[in-house]
Amino acid sequence: MQGNDNSIEVAGLERKFKNGPLAVAGIDLRVEPGEIYGFLGPNGAGKSTTVHMLTTLLPPSGGSARVAGHDVVEEGPAVRAAIGAALQEAALDPHLTGREHMRLQTALHGLPRAERVSRGDALIERVGLSDAADRKVSGYSGGMKRRLDLALALVHGPRVLFLDEPTTGLDPQSRAALWDEVARLARDDGVTVFLTTQYLEEADQLAERVGIIDEGKIVAEGTPAELKAEIGQPSIEAVPAEHDQTGRVQEVLNRFGESVPCADGTVGVRLDGGPDLLTDVVRALDGESLRVANLQLHAPSLDDVFLEKTGRHLEGAGDEPGTAEHELVEAGT
Amino acid sequence: MSGALGAYRSAALGIAWRSLHNVFTNPALLIPALIFPLFFLAAFAGGLSAVSDTPGFSYPPGYTTFIFGFVLLQASALGGVFTGFSIAADFQFGMGRRMLLATRNRTSIIVGYVLTAIVRVLVTWAVVTVVALLAGMNVGGGAAEIAALYALSLTVNTIALLFAAGIGLRLRTLQAGPLMQFPIFMVLFITPVYVPQALLAGWVATVADVNPLTLILNTNRELLAGIPAELALTYGVALGMLALLAAWAVTGMRSAEAAG
Amino acid sequence: MSAAAATLGRSPLPTQVGSLAGRSVLRTLRQPAMIVPSIAFPLFLLAVNSAGLEAATNIPGFPTDSYLTFILAFPFIQGALFATMNSGQALAEDIENGFFNRLALTPMRGSALIAGQLGGLVAIGLIQATVYLSVGLIAGGELAAGVLGVPVLFALSILIAIGFGGIGMFMAIRSGSGETVQGTFPLLFVLLFFSSISLPRNLIAEDWFRTVATINPVSYLIEGIRSLFVSGWDGEALALAFGIALALIVLSISVASHSLRNRLVRT
Repeated sequence: MQGNDNSIEVAGLERKFKNGPLAVAGIDLRVEPGEIYGFLGPNGAGKSTTVHMLTTLLPPSGGSARVAGHDVVEEGPAVRAAIGAALQEAALDPHLTGREHMRLQTALHGLPRAERVSRGDALIERVGLSDAADRKVSGYSGGMKRRLDLALALVHGPRVLFLDEPTTGLDPQSRAALWDEVARLARDDGVTVFLTTQYLEEADQLAERVGIIDEGKIVAEGTPAELKAEIGQPSIEAVPAEHDQTGRVQEVLNRFGESVPCADGTVGVRLDGGPDLLTDVVRALDGESLRVANLQLHAPSLDDVFLEKTGRHLEGAGDEPGTAEHELVEAGT
Repeated sequence: MSGALGAYRSAALGIAWRSLHNVFTNPALLIPALIFPLFFLAAFAGGLSAVSDTPGFSYPPGYTTFIFGFVLLQASALGGVFTGFSIAADFQFGMGRRMLLATRNRTSIIVGYVLTAIVRVLVTWAVVTVVALLAGMNVGGGAAEIAALYALSLTVNTIALLFAAGIGLRLRTLQAGPLMQFPIFMVLFITPVYVPQALLAGWVATVADVNPLTLILNTNRELLAGIPAELALTYGVALGMLALLAAWAVTGMRSAEAAG
Repeated sequence: MSAAAATLGRSPLPTQVGSLAGRSVLRTLRQPAMIVPSIAFPLFLLAVNSAGLEAATNIPGFPTDSYLTFILAFPFIQGALFATMNSGQALAEDIENGFFNRLALTPMRGSALIAGQLGGLVAIGLIQATVYLSVGLIAGGELAAGVLGVPVLFALSILIAIGFGGIGMFMAIRSGSGETVQGTFPLLFVLLFFSSISLPRNLIAEDWFRTVATINPVSYLIEGIRSLFVSGWDGEALALAFGIALALIVLSISVASHSLRNRLVRT
């Protein structure tokens, strides 16, 4: 398919490094025009390698890929004209100002001289950097650098945008601002976004569909809701207030579902009847005069999906704020 | 008292051992200190030997020996500076803090680096001296003169190390490297590098006359030639510089302590 | 497709070169730590050597009675070596911090990158040449070639800077590391000193050194520049110097371009 297509089509894509394993071991995926696709996986899973291949910076060892209707191997320049990319490093020149970066980028992309200034200034304003535009990038915060990075990727009006871990290291406010802008690009401008991340929340909140990659292979793909539904119902975990009551607490909880693996000192079950059973659980524990120090309702997360498919947790899943855990009662049930 | 002294010695030796281990297992740290003196010996003795034919140039052992006097001075001084780089790196990347926490008397850290510089320069001297002898250096001085020569060079090495340590401890970053190296380099070159002091002209002659390294360089050459030298004055000046720069280094250590 | 995208095409080569050269000049001028040593250090050595070796003019056959005039070629060559390091360092920085990938994602041609990088080098080269010549003449040196010799001197020193700058770029592209580029500098320093920088080749007493200096192409670059100061218009010396400078440019830019084709792996 050629022309103004905004899609990404990948078939059996592979990348083998010299004398090494397959960094990307044959992946298939399709991203629809205007979609935000999240590519989720731990460090070393093959996310950045995939992005480098799709953005023509690395030739594949096998398979094929078409981006915006152009083959990434045979039609590299056409692909590059249609895409924007903000890669893992912010990749800025510390000695230039934001505005100077814009001038350079617009010139290299062949914007007519008359438009370079206006286009650059408009993008700088759009990412909220007008006040800092004439300061050298060496003085920018991490969030500001990321915003400038995004603006530079948009200079030539790309149809497809690649973002490689765009919010790593950013504070929550900067992260939220970047999410808003990405969502707006897809919604209002119809830009297709291919986003790699190791943050569950980012994939959950931003992506319409998620592909989970591990050791170079896609292990699961679907909307976040579909993926989590595969795992099933939420679980509940309790920390007994007194250790010698652990067995009895487990018995009570088992009335509501099957046990699930938990940390030492914690007991948990998957709630067969869904989260509505929470009140019944609390009443049951109270009825048996059992006190718990902590009670958590644990809705399935993408980490649970990853755990189910690979037997391991996604890195950093436990460090992420606002995952699908709802902490309820501290003590005294 | 012997307990405290034992701890001091142990700390200094431990620091020296670690630094030397880094240097001798990392060719990138060891080789420049060997290559540069050899390079200057070859370039100057080879390229400028005709200068010894100019009227008024009188140095019986020959131009190679004449230049060796400078090369020894330079190797000793720059050897101290290279160890100063290690101090800056250690304090930049956290090892310095570990040493501050572990030692009872923190001047033992400086002594440890002094010992490191001494061992490093002994290796450099061995290589450079052998090469110079193979290249035809004539030594007129006897065993006592040569011992005095290397003892004086050891003092120069320590002076340079203390200078670099004072900078490294105050700034605690490898970017201070040029601040350590260039002043030493400049002071070295404002001496009678290529010709005897009497043949210097212009502003260099004026500055060289008051440059303490000129006295040391002249003494180096006299000891090599077996010519009577003003040893008392030279050693007095050298030890005076040593005392001043020891204070510079110790106050630098206080600065590092204050920074935490 | 956006209105902006609809008007885009591949930007012309002069535009790319101009933009990249402008960037190269800007970032060079904004880093005094790069410019000042490349000017101050050669001037310091000029001052020290000219005073320290004045006695060498008494060697029979020495071509001038001013060692300052004789050694004025030195900072031009040493400045070119600093240019090698600076241009290489800048490109290595781009590779290390990912800016190179950013450029690779634009329609930028590899030749534009090389030509643009050299733009900054030429700017610094001009500043250096102006300072060295001015200081040298004020200190009492002479330019035997006169006023007409100034553009020739500048042209030759710029060509030499470009030739060495290409080496720096090759090291940077090949290694992708600023540290490796810095590590190369002492080797180039060796080339400078094992030449006829300090004495005329025919007055070098040591046979082995004279042989090395004769083989070393840097000697001819030095002798070409020196001829403008000492003897005026020495056709042979100038022809050799320009010829070797141009050959150095062809060689260094070729290897740099070849390495860039491998580094700029774009499909």
